Amino acid sequence: MEVLGTYAILKIVWWLLLGVLFAGLAIMVGMDMGVGTILRYVGRTDDERRVALNIIGPHWDGNQVWFILGGGAIFAAWPTIYGSSFSGLYIVMLILLWSMIVRPVGFEYRSKLPSAKWRNMWDWGLFVSGFVPMLVYGAAFGNVIDGFPFKVVPDGTVISYYLGSFVFLFNPFAILMGLLSVSLSVYMGAAMLMGRSEGAMKERARQLVTVAVPSAMALFTIGGIWVAMMKGFAINGPVDPNMPANPTIPLPVAHEAGAWLSNFGHHPILWIFPALGYVALAIGYLAARSDRFQLTWWSGAVAWIAVLATVASATFPFMFPSTIDPAHSLTVWNASASERTLWWMLGWSLIFVPAIISYTSWCFWVMRGKVTPEQVKADDHAY
Amino acid sequence: MVPADIVSPAVVELSRWQFAMTALYHFLFVPLTLGLSFILVAMETTYVVTGRQIYKDMVMFWSKLFAINFALGVATGLTMEFEFGTNWSTYSYYVGDIFGAPLAIEGLMAFFMESTFVGLMLLGWHRLTKVQHLVVTWLVALGSNLSALWILIANGFMQDPHGAAFNPFTQRMELTSFMSLLMNPDAQAKFVHTTLAGYVTGAIFVIGISAWHLARKNHVELFRRSVRMAALFGVISTVGVITLGDALGFIDAGKQPTKLAAMEGVWNTEKAPAAWSIIAFPDQAAQKNVFDIQIPGLLSLLAAHNFTSPIIGLKELEQQAAVRIKNGIPAYDALTQIQQMMQKDPALANPAVRAKDPAMQKVLAQFKAHEKDLGYAYLLRRYTSDLNTASPALITKASHDAIPLVWVIFWVFRIMVALGFLFLFYLIWVSLLSLRGQEMKSEAFLKLSPWMISLPFIACEMGWLTAEMGRQPWTVYGHLPTWLSASTHSVGYMVFSLIGFVSLYSLFIVIEWYLMFKFARKGPDSHETGTGGGSLAGEPAFARPAQRLNRD
Ligand code: HDD
Ligand code: HEM
Ligand code: HEM
Repeated sequence: MEVLGTYAILKIVWWLLLGVLFAGLAIMVGMDMGVGTILRYVGRTDDERRVALNIIGPHWDGNQVWFILGGGAIFAAWPTIYGSSFSGLYIVMLILLWSMIVRPVGFEYRSKLPSAKWRNMWDWGLFVSGFVPMLVYGAAFGNVIDGFPFKVVPDGTVISYYLGSFVFLFNPFAILMGLLSVSLSVYMGAAMLMGRSEGAMKERARQLVTVAVPSAMALFTIGGIWVAMMKGFAINGPVDPNMPANPTIPLPVAHEAGAWLSNFGHHPILWIFPALGYVALAIGYLAARSDRFQLTWWSGAVAWIAVLATVASATFPFMFPSTIDPAHSLTVWNASASERTLWWMLGWSLIFVPAIISYTSWCFWVMRGKVTPEQVKADDHAY
Repeated sequence: MVPADIVSPAVVELSRWQFAMTALYHFLFVPLTLGLSFILVAMETTYVVTGRQIYKDMVMFWSKLFAINFALGVATGLTMEFEFGTNWSTYSYYVGDIFGAPLAIEGLMAFFMESTFVGLMLLGWHRLTKVQHLVVTWLVALGSNLSALWILIANGFMQDPHGAAFNPFTQRMELTSFMSLLMNPDAQAKFVHTTLAGYVTGAIFVIGISAWHLARKNHVELFRRSVRMAALFGVISTVGVITLGDALGFIDAGKQPTKLAAMEGVWNTEKAPAAWSIIAFPDQAAQKNVFDIQIPGLLSLLAAHNFTSPIIGLKELEQQAAVRIKNGIPAYDALTQIQQMMQKDPALANPAVRAKDPAMQKVLAQFKAHEKDLGYAYLLRRYTSDLNTASPALITKASHDAIPLVWVIFWVFRIMVALGFLFLFYLIWVSLLSLRGQEMKSEAFLKLSPWMISLPFIACEMGWLTAEMGRQPWTVYGHLPTWLSASTHSVGYMVFSLIGFVSLYSLFIVIEWYLMFKFARKGPDSHETGTGGGSLAGEPAFARPAQRLNRD
């Protein structure tokens, strides 16, 4: 590898920032979706379900912007990935979006009418729009790790073709990763309900955390072994990290079994991330057993970060590898925006991300404390 | 599997239908969010300043309708954020470097603010002091309007690209100046025109529902006050919409001559002062208007703000396009060569290496000389992969594409403008009635107003059709044709997704309208104000500690 110029460093910074966004998305949106997934299980009566919905009620929309910003930031900083991956994953993206758009409507409309049938229908809607997107979120990572049957063709510009069938997107490894993501989201949703509700529902939520932990650990372990054995990708020659972001320029890429472990081989310190994942989950388990809300919630957040960091450590610098044409895989080096755009976006992010984190925290603080059925009934606007 | 030569025309067509449908649908909810959020701000500010309960009841009632509308605005916006990637992947590659930035900033700056505080606005009444809650409502309104700003900067770039240049080494457009992207006059005018159009929509919505209740003598005091606020707000906004609409037309005349000529149905170049067609039936195939009623001289005044500018007709614009196509071919050629050279020798991607490579420098010079017409070469690329041997007939065929579909643009534009003037008269009339306290006596006002509600929505949709169909055949005017922008899907995928969107969205809108009608008719909760009016009792904020929580 040659020396890193400013452009190359900016590419890496934006790769890290994308990680921050993915983590924010997983933790915050994942939590709300977890509540949706378990709504019908933890909430047995209408009162209980309304309490669950109103716990995240003031926050779900703000949290969802992590997801929207994820889309926007990929567009701005990684336009090639934005185009190739979302069009390649077309059917999966549609399932993601179609299930997700039921959520805003579900929250807002569910409790507007008293009919039990109406509310039941929306409860199922909220289940689907919680479970399916998190399954897809994990499965998308699974597909990326597997490699993707697409190619880029120069034709006066660069055109991306997806050459697989959509059935391929639902391969077993992708499903496994999807279930891992669902487990973690159930964990976060249950942790939130455990902290902010009372009585029988709170107990059910607490129990669920202790079920989500072993399932996440098992899936993470199986996934890890699978990744170690599957055909991965690795750079095996000189690459100029400052190169223009043009994926049609060939890169020296090896596509072989075990290649995803090569980063861990070169930098053993990276093993800290999977280890952190196990530790955080274990602490979360104990914290839930002893009913400590804050510790449970934060352990879950750390577990998410550790899992994502593990994936990132394995795949760097690949972002969207191609199985058909590995030399034209999309990587940190050849798929970013221009240097000027990356600078500008960095500036905007440095101003606004801290602002977002502070006012979001303020909102959580204002709405802190237990939510009770009485409060919900007294509020005309409540969900 | 070898990719097809170009993305199939059917897929392009279906992608356009899908985008148009989802965007127009999103924009059914957007204007009301933009307008109603500021009307809520006005009501709540009055509440906090005067302390009168009736204004709080107003806020409570209208914010419930706001929430019903807002949910679908969010849901439909969500799909749009990803639709450029899913359905316009080459577009995303080509201009993502520029276009993605405002979209991401929109998320950072506007959506986060709007969406985080909307939760507190609706559910935080009991947790916040009056002043805090008012600030939250202000932030929601500000956030939604900022989101309009950034998305319209993005859209302004597509209409009139500023601040970008083509980079032959990445084979896409890249940002050259963020400030000129931001200061694009088209984007600025669009922002004001579009947000004000939202305010007009909000105003007419509030007046219509209030009139319905006034006709039934429900909560008279509350709804009279709603009418007055909305009417005054609406008059000012309509004047602004019309002024900025004129500015947009002026900008189009300079920057998007094909759009202007289509809007006005001008086939043959009109010598100054050009006549304005008030009604015409444009015939695309014959390239003329079958029927035409003209007012002499007016078009130069409207489009160029003088009597001395000729207006270039579509036929002449088509001939200009043919010239530019021919001139663009060497640029396309050079790009192909640069790609091949870099694929053979990746080191050439490095600026220091390629500066010493004479062959590369030669192609680069060729590219620079023809760069400005590259977009036109793509128009020809649709019909042949070997541009250099294209026959004159083929070039003529490609130049035909440079003209948008005239009759639709002509008519949707006129509908918008006619509605704009209708709103102006209507809102002045309502304001006068309201200021004189005669709104209850005017049968016409009470009967007509509920029916007016649909019209501003129609005007907004017509505006987008004008702006977007008038931009055809380009997604980025003069640079990137629509046909090249689309993702390379199969027809089956597109049919599947189009059916999915249509059925899901139809279901949603039925539910939304049901709830909207139900809650609009139900009116404010009577336990708070009692029927027939509302309490005017109250103390101004300075008489009562503003810090007190909103428990009343
Ligand atoms: C002039 C205004 C305007 C225009 C042209 C658009 N939007 Fe929009 N959008 C809004 C004005 C708006 C808004 C007023 O801010 C909304 C409507 C309701 C709402 O919740 O916010 C919104 C919501 C909204 C959301 C949900 C945000 C949230 O969760 O709060 C997304 C992701 C988008 N939009 C994305 C888009 C995209 C990708 C567009 C272009 C293709 C687009 N919008 C056109
Ligand atoms: C919500 C408001 C909007 C509405 C109602 C709207 C309307 C439309 C319509 C009717 C079309 C189809 C034109 C045709 O195919 O003939 C279209 C196309 C398109 N518009 Fe817009 N538009 C909106 C906002 C935007 C914005 C803000 C952008 C950019 C940020 C944008 C980008 C596009 C693109 C990429 C296409 C597809 C290519 C094309 O067919 O032109 N639109 N839009
Ligand atoms: C006499 C009044 C009006 C004039 C002269 C006018 C003019 C225009 C023009 C020229 C455009 C196309 C801009 C472009 O090229 O991109 C446009 C777009 C638009 N108009 Fe109007 N308009 C008027 C009234 C209205 C009204 C009353 C509404 C809605 C309440 C409205 C809503 C829109 C919208 C939403 C767009 C699309 C966004 C944009 O391009 O800014 N307009 N208008």
